[in-house]
Amino acid sequence: MADTAKITSLEKVVVRFSGDSGDGMQLTGSLFSNLSAISGNEISTFPDYPAEIRAPHGTLGGVSGYQVHVGSKKIYTPGDLADILIAMNPAALKVNKKHIKSNAIIIIDEDSFDESGYSKAGYKTDNPIEELDLRSAQIISAPISTMVKASLADSEMDLKSILRCKNMFSLGLLCWLFNIPVDNAMHLLKNKFKKRPAILAANLKVLVDGFNYGSNTHASVSTYRVDAIDKPKGTYTDVKGNQATAWGLIAASEKSGLPLFLGSYPITPATEILQELSARKDLGVKTVQAEDEIAGVCTAIGASFAGNLAATSTSGPGLALKSEAINLAIMAELPLVIIDVMRGGPSTGLPTKTEQTDLIQALYGRSGESPCVVVAASTPANCFDYAFIASKLAVEHMTPAILLTDAFLANGSSAWRIPNMDEYPAIEPPFVNESMQSYWKPYFRNPENGSRYWAIPGTKGFAHRVGGLEKDSKTGAISTDPNNHQLMVNLRQAKIDAIADEIPELEVQGNPDSDLLVVGWGGTFGHLYSAVEELNAEGKKVALAHFNYINPLPKNTAEVLTKYKKIVVCELNNGQFAGYLRAKVDGIVPLKYNKIEGQPFMVQELIDHFKTLLDA
Amino acid sequence: METKKYSAQDFKSDQAVRWCPGCGDYAILNSIQKAMAELGVSPDKTAVISGIGCSSRFPYYVNTYGMHTVHGRAAAIATGVKTANPDLTVWQITGDGDCLAIGGNHFIHALRRNIDINIVLFNNEIYGLTKGQYSPTSRRGFISKSSPYGTVEDPFRPAELTFGARGNFFARALDVDLKTTEEVLIQAARHKGTSVVEALVNCVIFNDGTHKAISDKDVRADRTIILKHGEPMIYGKNHDKGLIIDGFNLKSVKIGENGITEKDILIHDAKCQDCTLHFKLGTMSGDLPVAFGVIRDVDAPTYEEAVKEQISEVQAKHPTRKLEDFLRTLETWEIK
Repeated sequence: MADTAKITSLEKVVVRFSGDSGDGMQLTGSLFSNLSAISGNEISTFPDYPAEIRAPHGTLGGVSGYQVHVGSKKIYTPGDLADILIAMNPAALKVNKKHIKSNAIIIIDEDSFDESGYSKAGYKTDNPIEELDLRSAQIISAPISTMVKASLADSEMDLKSILRCKNMFSLGLLCWLFNIPVDNAMHLLKNKFKKRPAILAANLKVLVDGFNYGSNTHASVSTYRVDAIDKPKGTYTDVKGNQATAWGLIAASEKSGLPLFLGSYPITPATEILQELSARKDLGVKTVQAEDEIAGVCTAIGASFAGNLAATSTSGPGLALKSEAINLAIMAELPLVIIDVMRGGPSTGLPTKTEQTDLIQALYGRSGESPCVVVAASTPANCFDYAFIASKLAVEHMTPAILLTDAFLANGSSAWRIPNMDEYPAIEPPFVNESMQSYWKPYFRNPENGSRYWAIPGTKGFAHRVGGLEKDSKTGAISTDPNNHQLMVNLRQAKIDAIADEIPELEVQGNPDSDLLVVGWGGTFGHLYSAVEELNAEGKKVALAHFNYINPLPKNTAEVLTKYKKIVVCELNNGQFAGYLRAKVDGIVPLKYNKIEGQPFMVQELIDHFKTLLDA
Repeated sequence: METKKYSAQDFKSDQAVRWCPGCGDYAILNSIQKAMAELGVSPDKTAVISGIGCSSRFPYYVNTYGMHTVHGRAAAIATGVKTANPDLTVWQITGDGDCLAIGGNHFIHALRRNIDINIVLFNNEIYGLTKGQYSPTSRRGFISKSSPYGTVEDPFRPAELTFGARGNFFARALDVDLKTTEEVLIQAARHKGTSVVEALVNCVIFNDGTHKAISDKDVRADRTIILKHGEPMIYGKNHDKGLIIDGFNLKSVKIGENGITEKDILIHDAKCQDCTLHFKLGTMSGDLPVAFGVIRDVDAPTYEEAVKEQISEVQAKHPTRKLEDFLRTLETWEIK
C-alpha cells in the first residue's frame, strides 16, 4: 500500500458523518474520534440526531449526523463548520450543506445518488452538486454500496446486513485520508464485535477495503495528519457528558460512604444517566425506573430519608413535574441531587436539541421561598466534577442541589483522564452522634454552616418526624407561628447563602485587562472560550467570566462584574442569567447575546459579535 | 434479633392528636399502635410515611421515624425508603383521595412491584381536610360541596383496584371493630410484599354515617362477614348465614334451609393464587355481606429483595471493584 500522495499537516480539522439514522453514522463517528484520541489528538464530538427513531429512508427528516473536532492543540468545541463531510445519501448532503465549509472535502456514496435518492430528498435536478452550489468543494465520489456488495458477495449475509457494513468502508477511507494505521481501527472493531464473529469479519473486510480504495485510487490530492498533543500522563478514555454525570454520582457515593440511589423516569436527553447507573450494579448502585417523573424524585426523597445518596435525573418537562417534591426536600432539609439535562422547550419542544432555558425554573420554579443549590457543568468531562460537587454540597448542607447540564454536554464527548479518586475531597455526611441525643431536635443546626443534622431510620434514640408543614425552629413540632415561619424562611436561605464560603471564587480568563467582559454559564464554555482565545490571539483584548456556581454565586461576583465597562452575557435562552445577575449585583446593566435555535453557539458568530462590541 | 417487648405506649408520640372528636381515625391510630407493639419491631426501625389529608397527619402521632410528605406521593416515597433500606418496617398512611385520586398511579405501581410496605388506606368516602368534596370512593349521586346535584361518576372499589394491579394482600377493617382491625394490621405487616388494608372510617363532620348501613351495632352482624383463612364463610347474628358458589356468583344462604348444612359453606382460602374469588369477596355489597378481615394473602417475590439480590449476584463477580477499577475496564489509552 505504498502511498506517494502528499501529506498535509493540520492543526485541527472538523469531520462530519452523515447518513440515514439507520446508517450507523453515530458509531462510525465515535470510532473515528476514538481512533484520533488514541493517536494522541485532542477530540470533541457532538451528535446531531433526529427525534424520530427511524424516519423514512432517504428523507431529510431521517438524517443523522455526528461531528468530530480533532486537534493537535487544545480544543474546546466540536467545531463550527466541517472541513470534511461524509454523506451517505443525497438527503445527508442537502441537510449538511449549511454545516460545512465551502471548500470542504465531501465523501459520497455515489450509488445512493440516483433518481430515487434525489426525489426522496426533494432535489429539483439530477445534479445535487450544482443545485446546492458546492462547486468549490472537493468531491470524493465512491461507489461504496457496489464495492461493499462485491466485497461481501461470498459471505452468508443477506443484502440488508451487507449494506449495513457501508459505514466501515467510509471509516477505512478516513483512516487512509488521515494516515491513521488501519490496525488501530481493526483493534477497536475486534473489541466492539467480540461476541459476533461473523459481523466482525464482514466489518473488518470492508474497513480494509475502504482503506485500500483510498490508497489505490489516490482518492484525494492530499492526505492529512493531525499531530499528537502534549497531554498530562495517564490513562484516558472517551467520555460523554451523561456518562460522566453518572460516574460523578458514583464517585460521591464512594467518597461519602453512602450507597447511591437513583429514582428516574426515561426522558430525552437524560435517559442515559438512568441506563448507565442501572448497569452499575457491580458498584452497588440501586436504581428505580419509576412510574413517572414525580415518583422518580419521590423514591429518591424516600431513599435520602433512609440514608442514601439519592438522585433523580430528568430534563426540563420532568423538572417541572418534580418541583413540588423538591420543595418537600427543601422543607424537610434532606440531601437530594436533581440533574436537569436541558433541552429545547417549552413543552415537548425540541427533545434532542440543546438549550439553557431551564435556569430560572431551576432557581425559582417552586412555590414559596424555596432556595436550593444550583450548579452547572461546562464540558462533557466536567459533568463528572459537578455531579460530584452537587452531591457533596447536597449531603454536607442537607439540601437539594440541582445540576444543570444540557443536550450538548450530555451527548458530546471528549477525552478524559481517568481520575485518581484520592485527588477528590472527602464528603462528610452530618450524621447525628450519640452525644447529641439528650438535646437533639430535627431542626437543631450546626452553627457553622446552618445545616441540620441527619438522623437516619435505624439510628437508636433519634426517631423523629419531618414533613412539608412548617416546623418550629426549636422543637421540630408543626408550627404556624408567624415569627417562627419568618425565622425558618431566613434560616433556609442563610443555609444556602453560607455555601458561598466554600465554593471557589470566580476566575477571569482571557485578558482580564480589557474593556469587554464576556459572561457565560454552563455548556457554552467551549464556544465562548474559543472565541475569546481567538480574539486575544488577534491582539484584541477580551476577558471571560464563566460560571459553574449559580446559586449561591461565587463571593467575588459583584467585585468582578463591576470592574468592567462593558459586559455581555451570552446564553442559549432569552437572557435568564443576565436578569439573574442584575438582580444579584446592584448597578450592572449587561448587554445580552442570545440564541434559541436548539443549537450551540458558533465560535465564529461570537467572534463577529464581540468585534462589533469592541468597535462600538 | 430483638427480644424487647413493646407496649402501644412506646409508639405514642408527645404530640396531641388533632383529629375532630369522634373521628374514625382515632380507632385506627390506636389499633396500629397496638399492632406495632405486638409485632415487636423497634420504633427506631419503623418508618411511617404519609401523603396529605386528615389521616396523613398520622406520622406525627407515632413515635417512630416518619415523614409527612406530598399529596398522593406517599407510595413512591415509601418505595424509596424500603428499597434503600429493606431492614426497615415501612408503613404508608393514606386516605381515599390521597391514595386513589392524586396518588392512583403510585398506588397501582407499588402493588405491581410488590414492594414490602404496609398501606393503610383510610376510606371515609369524602375529602375532609378541604372541607367536604366528593372523593373517588364516593358513591354515584353523592351530594357534596363540589357535587351539589350529586356525582355523575362511579367510585373505585379499592379491593378491585388492588387485584387489578396484581396486589397480593388485601384486607378490610372497620373503625368501630377494634379487634378485627388490630388482627388484620398484624397480618398485613407480617405479609412480605405490598399489603393493603382498607380501613372504613367515619368522618363525623362532612360525611357522618357513611358506613352506618353496615357498621351500626344492630345490623353489623347480618350485613358484614369477617373472613378468616381456613374457616367457613359464616356470618349473621345467629351464625346461621353463609356463602356458597352459585354458578359464577357468590350467594348468601341460610344454614338449615333448603337442605343447606355447614358443610356446603365455602371455606375461605386467602392463599389461593387465583384472585377471582377474592375479587368477588372483596366487592360484595347489596344482598351479600361486606367482607372484613384478610381477603387475600399470597406470597410473591418482593421488589426490594430482588433489587438487593441482583446487586449481590453482580458484585459476587467483582467483589472489590470500585469506580476507578470499573473505569479502567473501558476502552482506554495511555499517554506517557
